[in-house]
Amino acid sequence: MQEIILGIIIVVALIAIILIIMYNRFIQLNIRCNNAWSGIDNQLKRRNDLIPNLVNVTKGYAKYETETLEKVIEQRSGSITEIAKQNEEISKNVSKILALAESYPDLKANQVFMNLQIELTGTEDKIAYARQFYNDCVQHFNTTIMMFPNNIFANMLKYKEREYFKVSDEDKENVSVKL
Amino acid sequence: MILRDVRKNKRKTFFIVSLFFLFVTLFVYFLSVLFFDNVMIAVIFGLTVSILVSYNAYYYSDKIVLRLNKARVATKEEFLQLNYILEGLCIAANSPVPKLYVMEDTALNAFATGRNPENAVICITTGLLNKLDKNELEGVIAHELAHIRNYDILLQTIVIVMVGFVVILSDAVTRSMFYGKSSDDDNKAGAIIAIIGIIFIILSPIFAELMKLAISRNREYLADAKAVELTRNKDGLINALRKLTDDTEVLEQANKSSSSLFIVNPLVKERKKKNSLWSTHPTIDSRIERLQNIQ
Repeated sequence: MQEIILGIIIVVALIAIILIIMYNRFIQLNIRCNNAWSGIDNQLKRRNDLIPNLVNVTKGYAKYETETLEKVIEQRSGSITEIAKQNEEISKNVSKILALAESYPDLKANQVFMNLQIELTGTEDKIAYARQFYNDCVQHFNTTIMMFPNNIFANMLKYKEREYFKVSDEDKENVSVKL
Repeated sequence: MILRDVRKNKRKTFFIVSLFFLFVTLFVYFLSVLFFDNVMIAVIFGLTVSILVSYNAYYYSDKIVLRLNKARVATKEEFLQLNYILEGLCIAANSPVPKLYVMEDTALNAFATGRNPENAVICITTGLLNKLDKNELEGVIAHELAHIRNYDILLQTIVIVMVGFVVILSDAVTRSMFYGKSSDDDNKAGAIIAIIGIIFIILSPIFAELMKLAISRNREYLADAKAVELTRNKDGLINALRKLTDDTEVLEQANKSSSSLFIVNPLVKERKKKNSLWSTHPTIDSRIERLQNIQ
């Protein structure tokens, strides 16, 4: 009789330990996703701070493009996919304006513009890298909570799959074709 | 695919390091069999010296190496784009941003040093900055960042200390043999062990050096694979490696002791040689071949 009780205690303790480990793993991965997200967010904010300067410098050269850019920035967006979509739009317009500058020698020689160009392309790269890291984290988190037996426990704790930072699957395919 | 490559490399490094430890144990064993009455002194002496060396190497190696190579800080004012590339890669790697240094030199090369990711340094030559485009620079910096994140610098230090330990002890023992005691136990088995032991001890510095080089070569492949994992663009690193080998400028500050730290061997003559037990770096061709096999 005593042995049976002891056995039950051991089994219960083992299950408890496994659950604790699982729980901590979920929390750890979730926090990592949050941190990765704030990494993207920081860079997006940084770019939004730079863009008014770009608009000021290039207004006289690319009126239509700067107006479009200003419009895109003003849009408020909620979900991650929406933010990703807006990000794509802004990137497209920024690179369009930077490319336009190539045809204006006086703009190209402007020191303020030159610095802005380096800062903006640097920030664009950082956004891309932050997105890469965030998507890796999300993938890791999603696979972890979907695997058996994690999925049962994750469901109980109401952990849901997280959204990737990308526009849509179609767009992703387009990009890979270009490569 | 990258991950499998990384895992294979890690297993290989682990194997070599274990072999190294086994080797040192065997070394100490032979030592104690042969020179039982003064082995304690030898071990204490060897340990003291190697701890002192390792302590200094651990805390000051980055400063020493930077001074040796006459590097200066790459400020944001002067090297904005370079700083941005590094910061971007650190975001992707989720690692602290190492300090960035440049060497005034027309040769194309780069190295990383430090004891952990929090206290790390990446240093590149100004020649590299001028001749590489942005993608290639990204590849090179990602390679150095990979060395830092893999704790290769720490591994290097441990290995150097182990080699030092073996070399110092072997030296001390070889010397003491001239004054040493005559063999009291004249049985055959004892004599054979004694001969093997002496040969082993005399040859041990060479073996130790060879293992150090094997680890160093292995870590280059690993850092290449990890760099591609970060940049998601293997062509950048491949093109950079090509440019780096084709370049014949000699890095003025290069010397043998620090050559294993660089992305390509700074000793230009050594670069074209085939893979051998004595090379610090794998040949560029074999590195490019492995990079092309990724994915």
